[in-house]
Amino acid sequence: MFSWDLLANAIVAGILLGGFYAAVSLGVSLTFGLLDVVNIAHPAFVILGAYVAYVMNSSFGLDPILTGVLFTPLFYVVGAGVYRVYYASFERRGEESLRGLVFFFGLLFIIEVALSLKYGVDYRLVEAVYIGKSIDLGGVGIAFRLLVPCLVGLAMTLALYLFLSRTFYGRAVMGVSQDQMALRLMGANPIRIKTIAFGIGIAAASLSGALLITISPVVPSTDRDYIGRVFAITVLGGLGSIGGTLVASIILGVAESLMATLFGPSWSLAVSFGILLLALAVRPAGLFGR
Amino acid sequence: MRTARAVLVGIGVIGLGLLLAGVRVNPYMYFAGYVVLQYVIIASAWNILGGYAGYVNFGTPAFFALGAYTAIFLMEALGAPLPVMILAGGLVAGLLGLGIGYLTLRLKGVFFSIATFALSVVVQTLIINWDFVGGAKGYTVIRPPAPFFGSWGVLLFVVMVTLAVVTVLVARSVERSWIGRGLAALRDNEEAAECMGVPTLRLKLFATTLSGFFLGVAGAPFPYYVTYVEPASAFDLNYAVNALAMPMIGGTTTWVGPVIGAVLLGTAQQVATVTISSELNLLIVGVVLVLFVVLAPEGIVGLARRLRSR
Repeated sequence: MFSWDLLANAIVAGILLGGFYAAVSLGVSLTFGLLDVVNIAHPAFVILGAYVAYVMNSSFGLDPILTGVLFTPLFYVVGAGVYRVYYASFERRGEESLRGLVFFFGLLFIIEVALSLKYGVDYRLVEAVYIGKSIDLGGVGIAFRLLVPCLVGLAMTLALYLFLSRTFYGRAVMGVSQDQMALRLMGANPIRIKTIAFGIGIAAASLSGALLITISPVVPSTDRDYIGRVFAITVLGGLGSIGGTLVASIILGVAESLMATLFGPSWSLAVSFGILLLALAVRPAGLFGR
Repeated sequence: MRTARAVLVGIGVIGLGLLLAGVRVNPYMYFAGYVVLQYVIIASAWNILGGYAGYVNFGTPAFFALGAYTAIFLMEALGAPLPVMILAGGLVAGLLGLGIGYLTLRLKGVFFSIATFALSVVVQTLIINWDFVGGAKGYTVIRPPAPFFGSWGVLLFVVMVTLAVVTVLVARSVERSWIGRGLAALRDNEEAAECMGVPTLRLKLFATTLSGFFLGVAGAPFPYYVTYVEPASAFDLNYAVNALAMPMIGGTTTWVGPVIGAVLLGTAQQVATVTISSELNLLIVGVVLVLFVVLAPEGIVGLARRLRSR
């Protein structure tokens, strides 16, 4: 039996989910798309952010998204530190690509296992006033637990876009991605710029983790589902394109939501990876690639 | 001449395995030995593609599980015996390997790695939704009585010794042949190799297929070993991490590296699982992997070589 209501609901939920996916993928767009650092550990930092939100929420009753915002400076410092280690061990020696990839894969694994050692493999969730409420727009329900993360995701996208196009440091990041040597000749230090950009990427990851735990409960191994999603979105959107990331996120959100509604949720994960494989095989430059 | 000696050593190792099977030590030893040997196969197979050709495969679980699920399918459909399951598991996984070999035409380096990870999740989703082999519920294996040695634990141990020896010998002969030199050339610079007349595509297809075949072989006896297989355990991320950590720790450019890495790390994990906890041993793998990648990129083999040249 086919119902238009169901379809409309699935599409709206997909668009809202897309706004959240954009938040998760922004950091990868920045680090992988612009800096060429294959930060495959990005989803692990998302989950770390989600657990920080969980801990603050369950012990102090702090709002998860507020926690996410409050902790961004800490994650910025962590991210900057990770980049420094990565730079000293791989980039400076000129063997970044494959060994660097293994480094981040190991990092992902360490974070995941450490979280499951500390908090076990039970699903963790947060409580906030807007979770569980929804508004009804002519048969289409909009859940606040999806709407709020979507709005925050859109705000993050806009902020990153403005940062990259309007500020000095943002333009310097764009400069690093195009020509490091030229930037060096202009008197800027590319390593410092990259450290800043990587820190921002990890800070964005932690904030999107707070959004994640607002949407649904989280276990340490949730990061695996997001590896495919974030890279599918970054590749599909075109590496380093912030607008492309948003468009690709919404495409993926709607596709997954439709798949889950029509064929059952166990298939929805295959959508992102299918899109990723297809995008890589057919058009590696993505929709808005340079 | 040296190949003949290597084969003799291999036969000697199998003989040793048989001897061990005859001695009857504590049954847990066979159980633990199976896991370590399984990792010797996985690490050596992974290294044919990842170490020799330099294409890092994150999709080890897909190949391993495909071997295991091919075995389950044959068990359920035909009641096939173990040798048939192992061969078929290898062939099906080898076919998947051939598939990712063609992917290398468009995807280099990092993109290839991400694609193999994606592949692993897609295959897992297909298996979860395939009820014939148990789907998400898992599949319980009913083993016939063991034909030799009186127990499956001991029999599977001997099977694993044999498979490990074959895998290592094949990996060694690939490394020493013109194929190994061709793969090393394309690892260092694919375009230059192609220009020099190295048939890069054919070599890559060979490497992905062979690597996939042995990863499948490693997975095929798995259902008989655990007697209950579910997608989460067959597609465990641990296989992806170990497959890459073991060669990285041992050294990726020679066949010895993965064997050293698998024996050291595999044994350490078994000891840690018994004495500490299984979660903590995974943490150790991750930490050791990161430390080695950062501090000793050439692995133990590279460290030894540096010490000797001093």
